[in-house]
Amino acid sequence: MAHAEAHAEQQQHPIKLYLLVWGLLFVLSALSYLVDYFGLEGFLRWSLILIFMMLKAGLIIAVFMHMAWERLALIYAVLLPPLLVLVFVALMVSESNYILFTRLAFFGSAP
Amino acid sequence: MSAPLKPPAAETFHHPSGLAGLAADWASDQRTFKNVSWGKAMMWIFLLSDTFVFGCFLLAYMAARMSTTVPWPNPSEVFALEIAGTHMPLILIAIMTFVLISSSGTMAMAVNYGYRRDRRKTAALMLVTAFFGATFVGMQAFEWSKLISEGVRPWGNPWGAAQFGSSFFMITGFHGTHVTFGVIFLLIVARKVWRGDFETERRGFFTSRKGRYEIVEITGLYWHFVDLVWVFIFAFFYLW
Repeated sequence: MAHAEAHAEQQQHPIKLYLLVWGLLFVLSALSYLVDYFGLEGFLRWSLILIFMMLKAGLIIAVFMHMAWERLALIYAVLLPPLLVLVFVALMVSESNYILFTRLAFFGSAP
Repeated sequence: MSAPLKPPAAETFHHPSGLAGLAADWASDQRTFKNVSWGKAMMWIFLLSDTFVFGCFLLAYMAARMSTTVPWPNPSEVFALEIAGTHMPLILIAIMTFVLISSSGTMAMAVNYGYRRDRRKTAALMLVTAFFGATFVGMQAFEWSKLISEGVRPWGNPWGAAQFGSSFFMITGFHGTHVTFGVIFLLIVARKVWRGDFETERRGFFTSRKGRYEIVEITGLYWHFVDLVWVFIFAFFYLW
């Protein structure tokens, strides 16, 4: 119990920090909207979208969800497993390309 | 002649930090998440499982979109609105994103005031969060009605690949359900905070312990997760 209370005090951060993160999330969202608004295409579009997405996700997890102040035991337990989903993504990209190839080869481009 | 009594081991035991701490926490026959209560640890584990569910939905959508030979509808145009005579691409989704981020901001502040034991501010900020959440769901209902009236169905749409409809209803529907449950969860906990259940040790759902405002943080974890998922849906479904 003493431990839990000590922990509760740990999670008290200045309101200013939350307002700062809130503002940053607004700016990052506006920037991702502008990427679409100005119709950027190709590599530039994708790198900007992914950078803004990762920055937003990082800010939410680290500050709003207090992950930055947790012990590494919890941080790794929560953050590593989703990273392994990237393997699944790689598998499905390869599979999708193969399905697209067979569809084009056997059915042509018409639906 | 006997040595002076040592203080209890629990108070002197030193938990190493960093990677050595990680190995020590996971290694031996002891509680792994040392400074995290069971309630918070279980919410994190639930959110981890939810991450996989949403991950699989987004993956299925990616695979459907990459393997179709039919053109994919342009989300920028599908979700455009005419506001005061101006054509605004994707504007509805942008507004929904700002509403959800604002709800995350007020929730983070509610958690903060909870730990400061400021009942009124905590409850008020949670109600504002619930209001933003309900607004989000309302805008989603508008978005769904608009698309359904334009002929979008889980099996087809007027602009191209049929998979667009099923992906759209499945992903945004599942996310909207999460937001709806979050709003209900927020209202329940806000009422308990307002009534002072955490001060009077009133027994009940989630409030069997005295003076623990940690449930506000646990509710907050769920709420921030809903916002977090939207960050990915926004990037992959609406901006792709």
